[in-house]
Amino acid sequence: MKVLPKGDVANISRYVTLIVVSIIVLFPIYVMIATSYKARVQTFSMPPVWLFTPTLKHYEAVIVKGHFVRYLLNSIVVATSTVFISIIVGGFAAYGLVRFAFLGKRVVSTATLLLRMVPPAVMIIPLYILWTKLGIMNTRTGLILAYVALSLSFTIWILRSFMMEIPVEIEESALIDGCSELDIFFRIILPLIKPGIAVASIFVFRIAWNEFIISLILTNRYTRTLPVAISMCMTELGVQWGEITAIAVIVALPAFIFTFFSARSIIRGLTAGAVKG
Amino acid sequence: MNVKRFLTRFTPYLFLAPAIFIFGFALFYPVFYGITLSFFQWGMRDMYAKAPLFVGLKNYIEISQSPYFLTSLRVTSIFIGVTMVAELSIGMALALLAERKTRGLHIFRTIFILPIMIAPVVVGVIWRYLYNPTYGLINYFLGIVGIKQIMWLSQSHTALASIIITDIWQWTPFVFLILLGGLQTVPNEVIEASVMDRANYFQRLIHIKLPIMKPIIGITVVLRLIDAMRGLVVMFIMTFGGPGLSTEVLSLHIYKTAFVGQRLGRASTISVFLILYMLIVAFGVLRIFRTERR
Repeated sequence: MKVLPKGDVANISRYVTLIVVSIIVLFPIYVMIATSYKARVQTFSMPPVWLFTPTLKHYEAVIVKGHFVRYLLNSIVVATSTVFISIIVGGFAAYGLVRFAFLGKRVVSTATLLLRMVPPAVMIIPLYILWTKLGIMNTRTGLILAYVALSLSFTIWILRSFMMEIPVEIEESALIDGCSELDIFFRIILPLIKPGIAVASIFVFRIAWNEFIISLILTNRYTRTLPVAISMCMTELGVQWGEITAIAVIVALPAFIFTFFSARSIIRGLTAGAVKG
Repeated sequence: MNVKRFLTRFTPYLFLAPAIFIFGFALFYPVFYGITLSFFQWGMRDMYAKAPLFVGLKNYIEISQSPYFLTSLRVTSIFIGVTMVAELSIGMALALLAERKTRGLHIFRTIFILPIMIAPVVVGVIWRYLYNPTYGLINYFLGIVGIKQIMWLSQSHTALASIIITDIWQWTPFVFLILLGGLQTVPNEVIEASVMDRANYFQRLIHIKLPIMKPIIGITVVLRLIDAMRGLVVMFIMTFGGPGLSTEVLSLHIYKTAFVGQRLGRASTISVFLILYMLIVAFGVLRIFRTERR
């Protein structure tokens, strides 16, 4: 009988561990997707039904019923506007910080960390009062403003790390050619940091698309976003698992898309704060 | 010429102005306003009728003696303590496994990104379904092994554990990805030198890799701690803080005090406590993991 060499045994157990962990990671997500395609009875059945004919009934019900389409549009409008404003404003700020060395790097990194610490739960009380006074309560504008504030420090951090890699000479020669600072920013810097903009956009979109508690407080039944809409379904009489998981799948859809198409950017974004310190 | 000079000098500030405006208007001012409010008594219903009533330190004294607050503080501490230790050790072990030449590493990494990207609301929904005592899959699998039905979310001694497990599921991948990135920054020459010196795997890990990784581990812990203390959505969806107060972390306690109990001043005071607690923990951790620069 042949005995496997020691190295192979270690290697195989290594892969087995990684595969088992991956299954644990994927399983709950699989359950969510599967449940959204099951018939109502099957979502409650015990033992669980593993093989079933998928039905689109829950998705149809969700789209027809209530204000789902409105909430979906709200989510899309709020998330994309937040991304757009955050990138422009954050890009300006990042450029200011990188090219004009008037603030210490330490101050910026400490401030970014501090800003990242502000808990949404702490924000909701003052925002509730101030937005009411300003008359932007229950508007998408108010929500977008709060989200830009929440995501801006992250955007600045990411874009700054990409801008620092651009050699100063490029800009210097542009200055000599008579470009203004604004020209340089839009025509040279922004095109050069496209990958950075992609990373920042994904993460800002994630913040605005996934956020729950601020949206719960600052919106009403016309302006609310999808995560809040899900929570409203949960509290209604008798949990309709099929419909709730259908909305959940739709909410998770951008996450799936980003993950499969830009895993590399996401890893860069995740590690930007930690490794680049 | 003078105008141009003036502009050049102030260009950095012009670039920073919009960001400073938004930070000031929608972040600093609200936080400052919240801190001020913590010295006032103000109910939600008084919002239009009455001005806030200045009560000095009354809120602070009452809250530091309130059993609800102290329980919530304890729940928060257990939650962040357990999740941090678990996520760091599992994440580190997995990172060390994946660090060596692994085929299809990018597939594993892609899979591990998923839970991080998914909305906490969605995570709460999925796990609430999984934990259901009668048709949830967790009890089903435990049943196969012969363990009786557990009422995961409706018993105070299992509810927090359930939330912790959910958090470990969602965030260990994050720790894994960052630590894996960190391990790849360990210079090859150092490892090769240690191989020449016949250091074994564990010696290499403890004397070389971990010290080099120290600052990265520190930042990972701080980022995770901050997010763990900010989070409330998973609890909101799965248990709403219950049963009793067993899963009511401070963030959720603030929300409930303000928008269920309708006491805005008091909730602001708890907010100040939460921010102080976060600052202490974050800077404590950074201090522990600080590397001396020689």
